[in-house]
Formats: sequence, structure tokens, C-alpha cells
Amino acid sequence: MVDTTPADAIPPAEVAEMELYHPHSWWTKYVFSQDAKVIAIQYSATATAIGMVALVLSWMMRLQLGFPGTFDFITPEAYYQFITMHGMIMVIYLLTALFLGGFGNYLIPLMVGARDMVFPYVNMLSYWIYLLAVLVLVSSFFAPGGPTGAGWTLYPPQAIMTGTPGGQDWGIMLMLVSLILFIIGFTMGGLNYVVTVLQARTRGMTLMRLPLTVWGIFTATVMALLAFPALFVACVMMLFDRALGTSFFMPAIVEMGEQLQHGGGSPILFQHLFWFFGHPEVYIVALPAFGIVSDLISTHARKNIFGYRMMVWAIVGIGALSFVVWAHHMYVSGMHPYFGFFFATTTLVIAVPTAIKVYNWVLTLWRGDIHLTIPMLFALAFIVTFVNGGLTGLFLGNVVVDVPLSDTMFVVAHFHMVMGVAPILVIFGAIYHWYPKVTGRMLNEAMGQFHFWVTFLGAYLIFFPMHYIGLMGVPRRYNELTDMTVMTESAHNLNAFISIMAFLVGFAQVVFLFNLIWSIRHGREAGGNPWRATTLEWQTPETPPAHGNFGKELPIVYRWAYDYSVPGAKEDFIPQNVPGSFGSSREPA
Amino acid sequence: MAIALVLVLVVVGSVLFHFLSPWWWTPIASNWDYIDNTIIITFWITGVVFAAVILFMAYCVFRFRHREGNQAAYEPENKRLEWWLTIVTAIGVTALLVPGLFVWSQFVNVPSDATVVEVVGQQWQWSFRLPGKDGKLGTSDTSNVTAENPLGVIADDPNGQDDLVVEAADLHLPVGKPVKMLLRSIDVLHDFYVPEFRAKMDMIPGSVTYFWFTPTKTGTFQVLCAELCGQGHPLMHGVVMVDTQEDYLAWLGEQQTFAQLSAPQQVGSAE
Amino acid sequence: MSVILVFLLVIAGFAGWWLSHQRLMAKPWLEQGVIGDTIGLEGSTLPTAKIGLGVFLAVVGCLFALFTSAYFMRMALSDWQALPLPRVLWFNTSVLVLSSIALQCASVAARRGQIDTVRLGLATAGLTALAFLIGQLVAWRDLTADGYLLTANPANSFFYLITGMHGLHILGGLVGLSRTAAGAWNGARPARLRLSVELCAMYWHFLLFVWLAIFALLAGWAASFIEICRQLLT
Repeated sequence: MVDTTPADAIPPAEVAEMELYHPHSWWTKYVFSQDAKVIAIQYSATATAIGMVALVLSWMMRLQLGFPGTFDFITPEAYYQFITMHGMIMVIYLLTALFLGGFGNYLIPLMVGARDMVFPYVNMLSYWIYLLAVLVLVSSFFAPGGPTGAGWTLYPPQAIMTGTPGGQDWGIMLMLVSLILFIIGFTMGGLNYVVTVLQARTRGMTLMRLPLTVWGIFTATVMALLAFPALFVACVMMLFDRALGTSFFMPAIVEMGEQLQHGGGSPILFQHLFWFFGHPEVYIVALPAFGIVSDLISTHARKNIFGYRMMVWAIVGIGALSFVVWAHHMYVSGMHPYFGFFFATTTLVIAVPTAIKVYNWVLTLWRGDIHLTIPMLFALAFIVTFVNGGLTGLFLGNVVVDVPLSDTMFVVAHFHMVMGVAPILVIFGAIYHWYPKVTGRMLNEAMGQFHFWVTFLGAYLIFFPMHYIGLMGVPRRYNELTDMTVMTESAHNLNAFISIMAFLVGFAQVVFLFNLIWSIRHGREAGGNPWRATTLEWQTPETPPAHGNFGKELPIVYRWAYDYSVPGAKEDFIPQNVPGSFGSSREPA
Repeated sequence: MAIALVLVLVVVGSVLFHFLSPWWWTPIASNWDYIDNTIIITFWITGVVFAAVILFMAYCVFRFRHREGNQAAYEPENKRLEWWLTIVTAIGVTALLVPGLFVWSQFVNVPSDATVVEVVGQQWQWSFRLPGKDGKLGTSDTSNVTAENPLGVIADDPNGQDDLVVEAADLHLPVGKPVKMLLRSIDVLHDFYVPEFRAKMDMIPGSVTYFWFTPTKTGTFQVLCAELCGQGHPLMHGVVMVDTQEDYLAWLGEQQTFAQLSAPQQVGSAE
Repeated sequence: MSVILVFLLVIAGFAGWWLSHQRLMAKPWLEQGVIGDTIGLEGSTLPTAKIGLGVFLAVVGCLFALFTSAYFMRMALSDWQALPLPRVLWFNTSVLVLSSIALQCASVAARRGQIDTVRLGLATAGLTALAFLIGQLVAWRDLTADGYLLTANPANSFFYLITGMHGLHILGGLVGLSRTAAGAWNGARPARLRLSVELCAMYWHFLLFVWLAIFALLAGWAASFIEICRQLLT
């Protein structure tokens, strides 16, 4: 055991003058604020707003798929525009922005014991550029020709041709510009998250004492900083092809009997660049969710996370491996078939650390003291959907099994389960968990229960059966499933059922939004640490935390983040900033 | 409490759905039952893992739910258990991967006796080209595509003259003979996909991709495009008919060669 | 994609080296008390701004590595026709080297507190960087005049794209440099001035390195170098 120093022997951390930006006016306090917590809320609100747009778009798609021919306004063009915008918004503008920009900004400084991000001004710029990116994206709905309908993967050549909605209009250009802006904005924020973890940890906060939430967000941010440039390069080159007539990705093409001015380019090159970003992106969304859910389970089961070291190594390992699996999205793309051997192997190898994480979550529950609070319920639901979606990933990652299943509804069901539903369940759990810290009040329990049950069961009922429609051979990205021999009458009924569930789940989100707003005034008073958690964000002198987070003195960290139910301790949790040693035997027998 | 019950129900319901629901793959009509078998193996392994993890979780939630006076155990890690789980997982993953890679090597290595058929995709129809008596396809280039030469066959290539050109019509294949599909596109990405054959591959403008299979059942099969190719994507259907040898030869006799198709136009343009 | 993978391998090497000093094998539940100061597990002693710039440069490096990857992949296709490099690029290169040297001098001078030398270095660096940008524009104009238009061949497209992207980064650097210069003339605190001069120098050296790599790439030396390596290996 490392020597434990009694608390009174340590002088309080020297905090020189708070070299922070002090807000002077309403504008600089709430709008152009450099406080990470305000920026986090701005990010979250913007992401939620644009996410609601994407939710409505998914309703439109389900209307068309469930009840084909009933709604005239959903033309094929409109359908493809909806599908594209839905995918792009959900993956980039909602999930990435919310996990890193929202949770990252709020939690990193608080959890590592910092007063703020290390570059607050750049952090503020990051949000405003993100907002600009969102506005450019939204503006494409009102541009001539509407938004692009190229599918969220934006594969050339079709993305910039007349046969695709927005291909020769404004749609694709606005999409590319918006993505480029997003990446610039994200890089500014990402620098902050990484350097804050590197440099602004408070005294005693070693890496192995960080809560897994910080590990998850930190690793995801490092990955995002290295992966987003690939999307940036792909976007810039496609923008050149579309606007200036170069031929990076464009081969010789005869479109509707006319020879185009392009020649010699390689559509596969775009796919490599896109997925070099796209696959790490999956883990950019997943790793923060992994981290957060670990903390939720540990706190609400009153037990330390099982196998903390293994969890950390797994996060780092997954992060590194995820850069060498990208071409498993391209097994049937026509790339050299021998790549299949390599990428199938790396992809299935990554299943091992991922599985270890799942085991450790479940083993944390074992012999715990499980409080079935709403965050805990969401965490459990996350495990169900994540295990389900992760296992279907073993189908699609195993190159030859992917051949019949790729580009079918199976893929749609898989990635919605694993990187749609699962991370969003974590987001919900996290919001129920940290809302009391952000507002000082609890979210309403009854509405929360309703929201949980409808969302979890509804989402499972949407996406579990959808795998089987894909297994039948029904391709994805079809706005019409009629006139297709593999599509049976009963499968049409199943589709209608899925659509109805989608509406139900969507409605539950409206209840959730109402709860968010209602509870700001009417929620039960939470106090500083309603969940009796150990991590530093719950130990702030004020709730919600004031500017500067920790009052006069920064906390000093004496222990890891998971001292729950320590034998011999008075309470079943010991906050990280409480000194002293408890418990006679910490090594399990 | 309710959640423990629901977790059990999720597992039971999913398993029942898998076995009882009418939604399953279409009967196979090619030699790729290896692929189907690999999927079955994967279903078993993943299904067992899914049920085990979720049922264990349900048990934990039931058994260790909070009651007055409970205290959680203190157990930071258990190296031996973690190693065991890692090893078992690695074995399971290997059991999935090895058959998969084995079948993949069959999938990418075309048997030498396979006959060649070229599929050409364009927005939004399928065309086909079969080698003539010489057994060789002539070379082609997208920049040669005109209204008279819709597949862009290079007219100077003697191999191409006797190629049979099937423009925007049904493809026929003989049953029981391995066939190598050469895939080409003259505009955007497409993907030649017949669910009953299990195989598919993207078609890329500017290069030629391939896959191979042996049709094992006669009948009519629907071709679907499986790569988003613009707003006509869902309408890009085609038909493949797998014939007996006699029927196939009869159909082959009705097709026109490239030379026959281009001859009258060449005269016309000379005037 | 091999270029970007090699680049990421280097990054992973740095990350691994750093992580290996963070006692990732420790059992944190056995360690109570303050353990950070004694073993140096808290933040690095380098100024935070330098760490931030370092991370940013890694991202920029990643961007150019990806452009290089795309360049090699596109180059392998049949329609590639290399373009002759304009002579002025040699001049530009030497000007950029000069710019880097000037900033290095400024940085040394800032450490010694010689404010006049700092000013001189900053001004020289700024002017030479501007000269570099103008030189790049001249190169573009020469190429266009000789008929090597943007869309005529992918080699041309890449030339304009990559040099343009590099130029934009120089332009961004000039914004930072001018702020530093403003500080140098308006009497910023010496410690602060020293830090910003050092940051500028770091950024400049990195962009010079990127430029040399790009120059080798566009001149075709990078491709022949890789070809030689390949032959040696086989």
C-alpha cells in the first residue's frame, strides 16, 4: 500500500489569482460566455434542437416505409433528402456534438478538478462555429433544390450528379461547407478537452484516478482530432470536384447520354477517406458512452467499477485499434478482395476488448446494492441494446457473412441499435444523472419512468425485428418496398408495426423535453450530491457550480473515483477529495 | 424489479421471435450455402452470448436489488476471472472468424471453368454482355458510350465483335455452371444483387469488379440495386432467369452480337 | 493509406511513451493520499499553450498526411501526368527557411530579453512569410499561364489544392505573428512575449517541415524515394 499522508500535513493547493475571464454583462455571461458549463449547455441545446429535426425526418421516412403510397408529399426525392439529413444530423451534429461538446465541456473541468477549460476563448469560438455549421446545414432545406439526398455517406459520383437531389444544386455544397465548418469548430473544442485533461488536473488526480467518463471522452476526443481531418480532406476534394470541375473522385461518366467533363478519378478513394473517418467516428460516439455508463452503473450499484484497470486499457486499446478497421465498411465496395482477410481479422479482434467492457459492467452489478433509479434503468437498457448491436456487428465484420447482409435493412438495424439507440440511452441516463448538478433540481420521476419504458422497449421493438427484414434480403435506402419479390405481405405488416413504434418512441421524447423544461422550476430540490457519488463534480461548494467551479480552493484528490461500499467506512461512499485511509483489507481475499 | 422481469422477457421474446417468426431468408439458389452456414454458426454463438449476458444481468438485478441494510461487496478486480473471460471470448471470436475467412477465400477465388458475363449498370437499368464464340469479351471504355454503342465497347477490338449485347433486358444463365460476373458501371455506383444468390458486389465507374457463383435452381429471380444510385434507385429492378441448358442455348441464339447491332448504324452514319 | 498509417504510428508512439510514464499498471484502489507531486504524474512542466499548439500541430500533420495518402492513391491511376515545378518554388523555399531562422533568432533573443532583436526577428519573419505567399501566387500564375490548369489533370489539381492548403495555414500563422508583433511593440510582459514568440517559432518550423515534405512530394522525389525503399525491401 502506498503511504497515506494525513490530510492536515498537506497545505491547501495554492490558487493564485483566478486568471479567468470574469463576465461583466448579461451577454458575456449567458451568450458569449467563456465558461465551459455555459458552453456545454449551449452545445447541448443546439444539438437537441437539430436532433429534433432529425427525429421528425425519421418519422417521415417511417411514414413512407410503413404506409407506402399513402403520403403524396414524400416523393422519392424528398425521401432521400430526409434519409441523408437524418443520418448526418444524428451522427455528427447530435451525437458527436452532444457527447464531446456537451458532456465533455460540462464534465471534464469539473471531474478533473479544474476551474475551466485551458483555452476558454477558443472554446467559445468552437461553439459559435458549430452553431454556424448547424445553420448552414439547416439553410440547405430552404436552398433551391433542397438539401442533398446522397445518403449520409455522400458517395461520389452520385452525390454531385443530377440524378441525386441537391447534387447539381446547392444541397451538396452546403452540406460540404457545413461539415468543413463543423470540423474546424470541433478541432478548437477538441484541443481544449485534450489539453485540459493533460494539464489542468488538480493535485493528486493521476490518470488512474480519473473517472471512466473522463477516460472515455478524452480518448474519443483524441481519436476525433485524428479522424476528422480525413473527412475534411474528403469534403474539400469533393467540393473541388463539384464546384471547380476537378476529377479527384470522378471517373469518366456518361450521364443520361451525355459525357461529363470529368475523367480518371477514383470513387473508392473517397470511400477510403470517408471510412477512415467514419469508423473511428463510431467509437468517438461509443467511448464517451462506455465511460459514462461505467460511472452510472458504479454509482447506482454502490460498488466500485469492476476491473477499473482493464476498463482503461480496453478504452485505449479500442481507440487505437479502431483506426485499422475502416475498410470493413467496404467489403463489397469492389476494393481489392484480399483486404477482406486483414480487415475481418482486425474487426473481430476489436470485439475482445469490447466484450471485456460488457463483462465488467455486468460484474459490477454482481453483489452490488442496486438502486433502480432512472439513470440505472437507462444503463441496464444500454447494456441490452449494446450487446445486441455489438453481436450483430460480428455478423457484418466477418467479411463473407457481410456479403449477403451488406446494404440491407440488417445493416440499418445493426447500426441503429449499436450507435443510435445504445449511446442515446446513455445520454438519457446521463441527463437524469447530472441534471440535478446542472439545475439544482431532480427531473420528475413519473415522467422519467414513462420516458424510459417507452423508449427502451419501443426502440428494441423497432430495431430487433428490422434485422430480420434485412435477413430476407430487403435492401436499405429504398423508399418503395412494393414490387419486390423478397418482400412478403407479412413483412409489410411488420414494417407498419415498426413505423407505429417509431411514432410512439418519438412521442416519449416530447415528454422528456417537457420534463427537462418543467423540472427547472418544479423539480424536487436536489442538494449538492443527491446520488451520494464520489467524483469531484458532486463536491462543488455550490450547486449549480459557479464560475470557477470550486470556490476559493481547488479540491485535492486523495483516492480513486470508485470508493463505494469500502469495508469499514462509515458511509457507502468516500468522495475523491476526502483524505485518510479506510478499511482494513482492500485487497479482496 | 419490473426491469429484471422485462430483461428476461426481452431474451425469451427475442429467441422466440427468431425461431417462430415467418421472416427468414429466401431459399438459396446458388452454391453459397457456405455463407448461410456461417451465418447460422454466428447466430448460435452470438445468441448464446446474448442470452447468457442478459439473463445474468437480470439475475443480478433481482438478487442484488437495494433493500434496507444491504451493502455492496468490495471487489476492485478479479484477475483470474477476467483472464478466463478474455480467453473464452477470444475462442468464440476465432470460431466465428476462421470459417468466415475460409469461405471468403472461396468467394474471391474464381474457379477456372467459370464462364464470363458482364453486367453494366447505369441510371437506372441493367444491361449485359456475353462473350461470343471466341469466349472472350472485347475491351470497353466509358468514354466510347454513345446512343448506338450503349456499353462503350471498343469497336477496334476483334474480340468484341461477336459479343452478345443484351441492353436493358433479362439475363439468362444456365443452371449448374459457375459464372463470373464482371461488374461495370458507366455513371454512378450500383450493386448487382440477387437475394437468392447471396453474393453481391458494388459496380464502380472506371473499374471492373467481380464475383462468382453457380446457379443451382432454375427459375426467375429479381435483381435489385443495392448501392444508392440516385432517386431512381428503388426502381432499378432487373430479371435473371436461370434456365436448363437447352432453354439457355435457345435464348442465346436469339441475341444479337455487337457487330450486328452496330453495322446498320455505321452505314447510316456514313451517308 | 500507408502514409497516414505511418503518421498515426508515430503519434501512437508518442502517446504510448507518454502513457508508459503514467503508471497505468498501478492499482489505484490501493493508493490513498496525494501521490501526484512525488512522482510527477500531474501535468507536464511545459507551458499549457505549448502543449496545446503541439496537439494542434499533430492535427495539422494528420491533415497533410491524409492529403499525401490521397495523392499517392490518385497518382497510381492511369491519367496522371506530372507537371513541371515552377522555378520560383526554389526561391520560395529559401525565403521560408529564412523566415523560420528569423523567428528562431527572435525566440533566442526573447529568452535573453533583447527586445530590439525580437522586433527585428518578428518583422523579418513576417515579411519573408508574406514574400513566400506572394511567391506561391507567382508560381500559380506561371503554371496557369503555361496551360497547367486546375482541372486539366489530377496532378495539377493536387498541386493547387495542397499548396493552397499550406498557404492558408501560413496565413493563419501570420495572424498570430501580427498579434505577437503588436505585443512586442506595445510592451507586453517579457514572459508573455517570450511565450508567444516561441509558439510562433514552433508553428513556423512545423510549417517549414510540412512545406519541405510537400515540395518533395510535388517534385516527385517522395515517390522515387518510396520506390527505392520498396526495391531495397524486395
